[in-house]
Amino acid sequence: MKTKNVMIVGVGGQGSLLASKLLGRLLLTKGYDIKVSEVHGMSQRGGSVVTYVRFGDKVYSPVIDKGEADYIVSFELLEAARWTEFLKPGGKLITNTQQINPMPVVTGAAQYPEDLVAKMRQAGLDVDAIDALSLAEQAGSSKAVNLVLMGRLSKYFDFTEDEWLAAIEASVPPKFLEMNKKAFALGEKA
Amino acid sequence: MKQLMLGNEAVARGLYEAGCSFVSSYPGTPSTEITEAIAKYPEVYAEWAPNEKVAMEAAFGASLAGRRSFCGMKHVGLNVAADPLFTISYTGVNAGMVIGVADDAGMHSSQNEQDSRHYAMASKIPMLEPSDSAEALAFTKLAYEISESFDTPVLMKMCTRVSHSQSVVEPGERVEITKPYQKNPAKYIMMPGNAKRRHPVVEERTAKLTAYAESCPLNRLEEGSDLSMGIITSSTSYQYVKEVCGDTYPVMKLGMIWPLPVEAIKAFAAKVEKLLIVEELDGFIEAHCRSLGIDCVGKSQFSCIGELSQNLVAEKLQKAVENGIALSEAIPPRPPVMCAGCPHRGLFYTLQKNKLTVLGDIGCYTLGAVAPLNAVDSVICMGASVSGLHGFTKSQNGAADNKTVAVIGDSTFMHSGITGLVNMAYNESCGTVIIVDNSITGMTGHQQNPTTGFNLKGDPCAKIDLETLCRAVGIRRVRVVDPYDLAQCDAAIKEELAAAEPSVIISRRPCALLKYVKHKAPLVVDSAKCVGCKACMKIGCPAISIVDGKAKVDATLCVGCGVCQQLCKLGALKEV
Repeated sequence: MKTKNVMIVGVGGQGSLLASKLLGRLLLTKGYDIKVSEVHGMSQRGGSVVTYVRFGDKVYSPVIDKGEADYIVSFELLEAARWTEFLKPGGKLITNTQQINPMPVVTGAAQYPEDLVAKMRQAGLDVDAIDALSLAEQAGSSKAVNLVLMGRLSKYFDFTEDEWLAAIEASVPPKFLEMNKKAFALGEKA
Repeated sequence: MKQLMLGNEAVARGLYEAGCSFVSSYPGTPSTEITEAIAKYPEVYAEWAPNEKVAMEAAFGASLAGRRSFCGMKHVGLNVAADPLFTISYTGVNAGMVIGVADDAGMHSSQNEQDSRHYAMASKIPMLEPSDSAEALAFTKLAYEISESFDTPVLMKMCTRVSHSQSVVEPGERVEITKPYQKNPAKYIMMPGNAKRRHPVVEERTAKLTAYAESCPLNRLEEGSDLSMGIITSSTSYQYVKEVCGDTYPVMKLGMIWPLPVEAIKAFAAKVEKLLIVEELDGFIEAHCRSLGIDCVGKSQFSCIGELSQNLVAEKLQKAVENGIALSEAIPPRPPVMCAGCPHRGLFYTLQKNKLTVLGDIGCYTLGAVAPLNAVDSVICMGASVSGLHGFTKSQNGAADNKTVAVIGDSTFMHSGITGLVNMAYNESCGTVIIVDNSITGMTGHQQNPTTGFNLKGDPCAKIDLETLCRAVGIRRVRVVDPYDLAQCDAAIKEELAAAEPSVIISRRPCALLKYVKHKAPLVVDSAKCVGCKACMKIGCPAISIVDGKAKVDATLCVGCGVCQQLCKLGALKEV
C-alpha cells in the first residue's frame, strides 16, 4: 500500500498528542509500518503545533511535506488555514470551527481572518468543518475535542468500530472512557 | 511484540536491554524523554543531575565502578560537558559508557543549531547515528559492545526528528553485566605523565575503529539500478533520500558517523559517476570525502541552515514537487506564549514598567522577551544572565547598577547560575539577580530539580534551599516575593536595585500547569465599568482579548491569578 499521510494540527495544549497516540495504536494493530512525528518543547506553550502520522507498507520520512497530506485534521480554524498547502490535491481537510486568538490578534497587531471555511472552499479545498468544541461539551468535557475529531476522521477510514474502540480504550484513562467514546460517536455522526 | 516508540524511548529500551544500570542526565529538548523513559525501569538507577557536566562525570564514575552507564543531553548540553568528554576519551572505560546527545536542526526549541558530530571528531570518540526508533534501540545496545571492545565512551547522536518520531520496534530481553573495579592509575589518573602515554592509545584506537567502520553492520550499502549517481547519507537525511529515490540510486547509509570509513567510501565513489552527500547541518561527511580526494556534491546543494525534508531533496534531484493550495489570506503567526496564570508574567511586567535592562536566561521565562512584554535584553545560554549581569554592571562603573537585573529560573540557577553568583559576591558586583522559582523545570515538560524536593523517580528527596544557598555564597540581601503581587514585586525590585551591594530576589510561585496547583475561578469583566482602555492587555495574557471595545476573559483559559485585576483602575475585572 502506498503511504497514507495524516496531519494533526492545532494549538499547543489542545490534546493533539493523544489523538496521534490513538491513531498510532490503531494502525499498529493493522500491521502497518508507521511513523508518528511530534514536536515537544517551546512550541507547546500555546504555539502552533503539528503532528505527522504516516502509514503504509514501508514508511521512510517521519514528516509530511507540502502537497503530501491525504488528510489534515485541525483542532482550530486558523491552524487549518495555516497548513492547507500541505494537503495533496484531492485531500480532505477536517477542521474544528473553534477559534483561538493567537497573541498578535490578542494584542491587536493582526486580525483573525473572517469566513475562513468559505474562503478555503472557494480556494478549491475539500473542507469538512464541525463544531467539535460544542460536541465535546455535549459529551461531557471541552477537553474531548480530540476524540470528536478522531470520530470524524474515522468516517473516511475503513477500520471497524471495534478496532477504533479498542484503540480508544488503550489510550484514555478508564474513568474518562465513556465520555471519550461518546465524544467519538458524536464526531462520527455529526 | 511490536510496539510504537519514540526514538528517545527506544534509546531507553536499548539501555535497559543492554544492562545499563546507571543513568544521569540533565533535561533538554529534544533529549529529555530518554531519561524519563529509563526511569520507569526499576532495574536501572536514574537521576536528574544539576547539569550535563555533573551527569557525564557521574556516568563515568559508574563505568569506572564496573556498571554500564549513560548520560543524556541536548546538543548545547554537550558544550557544558565538553571538559570531561575530552579526557574520558583518554581514560577509556571499565564497563561500557554511552553519551546521548540530541541535536535540534531547525531550532524547534534551542538557541543555536550546532552540529554535534564535530565533537566526535574533536574528542576522538566514536559516534553512532540512528535514523529511526528500531535503529535507536539496536544501536544503543551495540554502542555498549563497541564501548567495551574498544575501551572508549561512545556518543549516540540523535536529532529532533529521530528523538520525537515514533516508529515500530521489537523489544528484547535485558542482560545483566557488571565488571570488577580495579585500581589502574596509569589509565585513570590523567596527569601529564600518564596522559602523554594515553594519547597514542587514543590514536591507535581511532585507527582500529576506522578499520571496524569499513565492515561494521552500522554502515551499509543499498544497491540502486542507476549508477549515474551514488548517495552517502545518514540519520533522518537517509529517510528523505529513500522517500524520494527509493531504490533508484545506490545509497551508502552510515550508522557510525565517526570515525568514517576510508576504503569503503573510496570504493563506493569509484562505482558511481557522481557522488552526492545528503546530510543536515554542516558538511561533515562531505569534508571527510574531500579530505580523501573524492569529488562530491554536498553543501553546494543542501544548506547547512535548518532541516532537510523530502521536498528539498526532491527539488535538488530535479524531481517534480506539487505543493498544495495556499490561501491568499494573510494568516497571523501563532508564536508560543506564557500560559494564562504563568507566575513569570507579573514579574516581567514589573521589569518592563521600570524600564530595566534585563539579562535573561534559558527557560519558559525567555518568553518575557516577546510582545507585549518585550522585557528582555539578552539570552545566550544556561547561566549567562548572572555572569552577564556582572560584566554589564562592572564595566559601567556603577552607572548601570540601579537599572540592570538578571532573570534566571530555579533549575537553570542550579545548573550554572550559582557560579556566576559566586563571582558577583567574590568580585563585589552591585547587581540584582532575580531567581524565578516556579518549583519545576518548566520548558522541557516538568522535570524535578535540586530545589523541588523530589527526584526523577518522583520520590521525596533532599531539597536545596535557594535562600540559604545564596546567603552561603556571600549575598546578604536575599528576599522572596510573590510574582502575582505586582506592588510587592515593584517595591522589592526598586529597593534591591538601590542597595549598594549584590542582592537576590526569589520570585516564587509554582508553575500554573503543575497538577497540585489549585486555580481560582475565572475572572469576569463588568462591562458597565470597562471602558476598553486596554490596560489589562499590557501583560500579554492569552485569556484576555478586546471584543467590541471591551475586555473579555476566556473562561476556559483564565485561572484567576488576578494580575490583570491589579492593572485595572476601574475595577472592571472581577471575581465571580
